[in-house]
Amino acid sequence: MFAYIVRRVAYALPILIGVNMLTFVLFFVVNSPDDMARMHLGMKRVTPEAVEKWKAEHGYNKPVLYNRTVSGLDQLTDTIFFDKSIKLFAFDFGYADDGRDISHDIQQRMWPSLAIAIPVLMIGLLVNITFAMLMAFFRGTYLDVSGVVLCVMLMSISALFYIIGGQFLLGKLFRLVPISGYETGIDAIKFLVLPVIIGAASGIGSGSRWYRTFFLEESGKDFVRTARAKGLQESIVLFRHILRNALVPIVTGIVVVLPLLFMGSLLLESFFAIPGLGSYTIDAINTQDFAIVRAMVFLGSVLYIIGLILTDITYTVVDPRVRLT
Amino acid sequence: MIKPVILWTDALILLLLAVVIGFAFYAKSKPHLRSPWRHIFTSKLASASAVVLLMYILIGLLDSLHFRLPLENNGNSAEEHYAVEVLSVLDIILGPVRTQVEKTYSAPFATHLFTRETIQHADGSQSREFPRLKYGGVHLADPANEQTRDIRDRVLISLLQTLLATTALLFLISSMLARRQNRPVRVIAGDILAARSIAPWHVTLTTIGLVLLLLFLAINLAGAYHVFGTDKVGQDVFFQSLKSIRTGLVIGTLTTLVMLPFAILLGIMAGYLRGWVDDVIQYSYTTLNSIPGVLLIAAAILMLQVYIANHPQDFETSLERADIRLLFLCIILGITSWTGLCRLLRGEALKLREVEYIQAAVAFGVSRAKVITRHILPNVMHIVLITIVLDFSGLVLAEAVLSYIGIGVDPTMNSWGNMINRARLEMAREPMVWWSLMSAFIFMFVLVLAANLFSDSVRDAFDPRLRQR
Repeated sequence: MFAYIVRRVAYALPILIGVNMLTFVLFFVVNSPDDMARMHLGMKRVTPEAVEKWKAEHGYNKPVLYNRTVSGLDQLTDTIFFDKSIKLFAFDFGYADDGRDISHDIQQRMWPSLAIAIPVLMIGLLVNITFAMLMAFFRGTYLDVSGVVLCVMLMSISALFYIIGGQFLLGKLFRLVPISGYETGIDAIKFLVLPVIIGAASGIGSGSRWYRTFFLEESGKDFVRTARAKGLQESIVLFRHILRNALVPIVTGIVVVLPLLFMGSLLLESFFAIPGLGSYTIDAINTQDFAIVRAMVFLGSVLYIIGLILTDITYTVVDPRVRLT
Repeated sequence: MIKPVILWTDALILLLLAVVIGFAFYAKSKPHLRSPWRHIFTSKLASASAVVLLMYILIGLLDSLHFRLPLENNGNSAEEHYAVEVLSVLDIILGPVRTQVEKTYSAPFATHLFTRETIQHADGSQSREFPRLKYGGVHLADPANEQTRDIRDRVLISLLQTLLATTALLFLISSMLARRQNRPVRVIAGDILAARSIAPWHVTLTTIGLVLLLLFLAINLAGAYHVFGTDKVGQDVFFQSLKSIRTGLVIGTLTTLVMLPFAILLGIMAGYLRGWVDDVIQYSYTTLNSIPGVLLIAAAILMLQVYIANHPQDFETSLERADIRLLFLCIILGITSWTGLCRLLRGEALKLREVEYIQAAVAFGVSRAKVITRHILPNVMHIVLITIVLDFSGLVLAEAVLSYIGIGVDPTMNSWGNMINRARLEMAREPMVWWSLMSAFIFMFVLVLAANLFSDSVRDAFDPRLRQR
């Protein structure tokens, strides 16, 4: 097992290097640092001195790949590529445009993101499995058909409408919860209720419909027929035989997104003004803070790859038939 | 003379249209391609949603034919000059709806402005009141008493027109079927009305009737009133929603079109050729896939913004700039979404290369390229088709979210995402401005719902595993 994990991690390295190269090309080769400086300083009448000053302030005043002005190892290390890209591997994200330490910000903003993402995942999972099981239990009847149609309709509504509608109904019309904002500690709960409900609700349509196919697939298998033929009650068949087997694809589907929960939800956090990593990313996009976007791209890929590795490991744990190769 | 303008996305849409029409003619002569489509159109939901989708596509196509009108020539120069504004055929059809711009917000069917204004009376006194609109309901002398009757009359006329048009259509379809099936028109029309025809013509006709009703309502009402109100700068919201259709369709279709060649070629090559080709292709799509989609799009769009800001001379009109951004968004969305299809195709090609008929072809000495194009490609096309239709609705929804985040289409472009984005601030107003949001919601919901229902039928008809059940 240990050797397997080590090998999987080793496979992940070239992918991370690829991601790093890609972001480097995207941020520094497509547009030169000079272009970025001009963009930030405004288009009209930018003096070359101002551009140089901006570059010096943000650490872009070095050669991109190879520094001829210094000697020895510094020729490779005293460059933009080393400063901005290689250092990402050490999780040294550098500084944002407003001079704040990105790593520090990420550590602080991670918690509000998790405070939303984890309840959304748990509640959504519970609701989706319940709905999916109900539809599978009543399969072939009008209840099942209307359930699927309802799911398709829920799927067809943009997440934006869930958020705006939820804010309007619960926040503005009934005044049950504050519309947006955040506080630290236990007071955060009243700010978290609405985003969590909305986050879970917006996933019901696609989630339940997807899980329903898992349940239906299991319920068509031979061991289920055997269980029914033994004379077991349908509810026992459903919970003991179908649910346990259908959980395999459900669980492995969740494990892959688990690490990404740290990244938070872009939409929920920005609508509800929650200081998590999602709103951090959106703010960075809006203020065109390339350092933060680059850090988040790298972090996101690392987390995704961790998710993939975890999925493979979970497969071997939940399903004994899968062998390590 | 008008000067036609072919934007990048227009060209690609026309190309797509040509491909679809070509494929339709090709499929018509092949029974194995025709039968799944027949199967689809025996489903009621699929027929109904196909009608709705066709309506959207028609509007989108009309909005894709762009041109510039000539300016008045003073006789000073022999050369003709053209207006900076690029119009589409849809703009011309909508005519007054586009040009009737009010001062600011007004509610749907309103005759007065949404906000109070100070009005100077003839005797020098001033008062704060809601002024009449410049265009909305201007034909009414006394709106308070006449408006309900006026609207009722217009609705009744629309109903009548719809009834006539639908009846005419019923006879047209019946006589068409009558000639093909060699049965009397009366019997076939009776079959359709009694829901006895093989294809669910009664559902199709009902849906067409509903679409026609909406069309006639729009014709009769939109010229006289702002049926969905006006926005902050007084533009008709109904007009904006109609213009947004093209943006949604372009994102939904061109994204797949752009990524299709790469996904098909690389996927089949990886699966069929194996070895180092497979390794390289797998590595590249795993790498791309591991970057969270939104962030990759954000990074790419930010870079595009820098490029556009530094090269203003490359774009003649603001529409061209918006169009390039739209196309670029499609390409980026394509780059983030081709990996799924590529992986599916690789798996299928891996399976196919062991199948007897391929082995036989190889044994006969057929070249690799020919095996791929003649034997593997046609046998994975159902996967490609299913992916195209399944992706469509997701992409339309993604456009709205991306535009909200600020990395979607150009802010000056009409799109549902931009409408929702603006509506966010309007919802906070007191009293609330809700019509922009509602309009975007209705237009988007109908399109995405129709696309979802239709794609389900396509999947059921083309997926061999589902068909056997």
